[in-house]
Amino acid sequence: MGLTRARQGQPEYHGGAVRYLLVEDNRELAEAVVKRLGLDGHAVDHAATLAEAEDCLAAASYDLILLDVMLPDGDGREFLARGRDRFATPVIVLTARSQVSDRVGALDQGADDYITKPFDFSELEARCRAVLRRRGGSARNEIALGNALFDPTAGTLSHGGTSVELRNREIRLLEVFARHPGQILSKSHLMDRLFSYEADVTENAIEVYVGRLRKKLDGMGVRIETVRGMGYRLGGP
Amino acid sequence: MSGTGSIGRRLTLLLAGVAALLSVLSWGMVTSFALQAAERTQDNILAASATIIAETLRTEQGEVRLELPYAAFSMLGAVSEDAVYYRVMAGDAMLTGYEDLTGGRQPDLPGQVVFDTIEYRGASLRMASITRLVLAGTQPQPVTVSVAQTRNGIGTIAGDLSRTAAIMSVAFFVLAVALSAFAARTSLRPLTDFAQAVSRRGPSDLRPLRREAPAELAPLMTSLNRLMDRLGQSIRRSEDFIAEAAHRVRTPLATVRAQAEIVLHSTESEDEKHRLRKMIRAVDESSRSAGQLLDHATVAYRAENLARDQVDLADLAATVADALRPTASMKDIEIELTTESALVLGDPVLLENALRNVLDNAVKYSADETTIALRVASDGIESVITVCDQGPGLGDGPVDHLTERFRRGGNVEGIVGSGLGLTIASDVLTAHSGRLDLHSQEEGPGACVSLVLPSA
Repeated sequence: MGLTRARQGQPEYHGGAVRYLLVEDNRELAEAVVKRLGLDGHAVDHAATLAEAEDCLAAASYDLILLDVMLPDGDGREFLARGRDRFATPVIVLTARSQVSDRVGALDQGADDYITKPFDFSELEARCRAVLRRRGGSARNEIALGNALFDPTAGTLSHGGTSVELRNREIRLLEVFARHPGQILSKSHLMDRLFSYEADVTENAIEVYVGRLRKKLDGMGVRIETVRGMGYRLGGP
Repeated sequence: MSGTGSIGRRLTLLLAGVAALLSVLSWGMVTSFALQAAERTQDNILAASATIIAETLRTEQGEVRLELPYAAFSMLGAVSEDAVYYRVMAGDAMLTGYEDLTGGRQPDLPGQVVFDTIEYRGASLRMASITRLVLAGTQPQPVTVSVAQTRNGIGTIAGDLSRTAAIMSVAFFVLAVALSAFAARTSLRPLTDFAQAVSRRGPSDLRPLRREAPAELAPLMTSLNRLMDRLGQSIRRSEDFIAEAAHRVRTPLATVRAQAEIVLHSTESEDEKHRLRKMIRAVDESSRSAGQLLDHATVAYRAENLARDQVDLADLAATVADALRPTASMKDIEIELTTESALVLGDPVLLENALRNVLDNAVKYSADETTIALRVASDGIESVITVCDQGPGLGDGPVDHLTERFRRGGNVEGIVGSGLGLTIASDVLTAHSGRLDLHSQEEGPGACVSLVLPSA
């Protein structure tokens, strides 16, 4: 079974981590994607062909399939159309074309979403969250933070009987903190995660989002501490 | 029908021409036969009349005697009102009749009847003459009986017959023309059906023609099917080429971007991080440009063979909004959709392409945590999709130039873009006889882009 199994960096928290099956014939890109997703604590299996993908699906269960459309042993969309009734795993199609009709075509075949190469990993994660949310996110995606439960898929922070809605950037920021508790995260690192490497973002923007998160985390037994000159850290009460 | 004209009309004219020729010919023949028949009748009666007179010749005391029988003339009178003349000559002596009725052929042998046409008292006469040998004394003497009649009667009869023949010929001609037109139309019907079957097809329908065709059309149908097959193949090839080109360009870009992100994560050097961010932005920019160039190629190709499907802009807007919502949410931008059903005729792929480029622009130029309003409205004459953002607006430069190729507004520093987005949208709308309107928001900052299309 010629599949490369890569588990880069064990996640500190299992919650929020996603188990991916990446079906992509370009080994360079596959290797980079596996490594990049691994940095966020996700587990990724890689299949280079549709046949390998079938083997993987028979051997293990996945949260999400990332499917390239142009594969050496067939069209990914046909694989989708063929296999939709055999596996229930959500599929995000990786395409080189940006046309809406392509997307509609892929969605008609049973894909849950699509993303155009090259993609921003934050956007990929956001789309995965949206897909998993639509599919009814599982409980194991919840992350315990102090007295509260953070569900990145639903974008909620619940404490006692109350639940707070978080916006997209707040979710992504809290997710970064939650995955690296106790670790100091620099402003520039957080900026990259939040603003997709935009040119004209100032560090003030991060301060605004950290300020908002702090307000929402108030009284939940967890807080974001400022480490002077270095960045922020998620700590206890 | 231009150029070589209509086959149907040519066929009808040809058949009608033949019919006209045949009509004239048949009229001429009937007229001539009628005249001949009338003449023959007159000749026969004249001959009979002359014979009867000749039969009554007898000899009395060596003299030739003659009693003109009444029946001989009543027979002639029965045919027409024509004047009758006669003369009986015994040798050179005149027995009875009109002395001045001279000339005309005389029979050479006894018992023979000869005919001739002569001029007499200003009228044309037909004359029959017969010679009989009568025994006068010992010598047989030749006696010649000539009976003549004017020819007005047969002229009238021939004229009547000729007129009737003419009327019948005209009737025949009219009928023949009608039949020609019918025959031309009937024999051309398979061709007309064939042409309609071809012209009813949409520009993208390249399936082979499968229909019963007459033997004469079979080669045309075969070559047409072969042509459509080749065209289909060439379209598939260029679409495959575009897909393949996109794949080849974007896959390595994706690798570069992913690798850059990995290094960015692991490096501590601010300088390196700075350079890697620049690299990622450059990758995004070339990806965007590649996408828009391919879109532009698609638009240029499809606009030439514009499909005319019925498209509801409300569905279109909902689809495009769904596609771009995740991207917009990355900046916490809301896409607010207000639609009513607005039907237009056009190519759904191109219209989606146009709207996606406009909405993508709006997402790109909008500030974080703002709202983009996407409205679809129709007044029955024009259907309009309007995209309004709360971004920096259109700037102070001339608005018209923003739809030109590779032209960007004057206030877009630091934003990834190639400037093709509005050009693509504008080209698509022009191909659909619509237009792209750019204007600033009436209240507050931001710009509105309207895609205006004629309603279906």
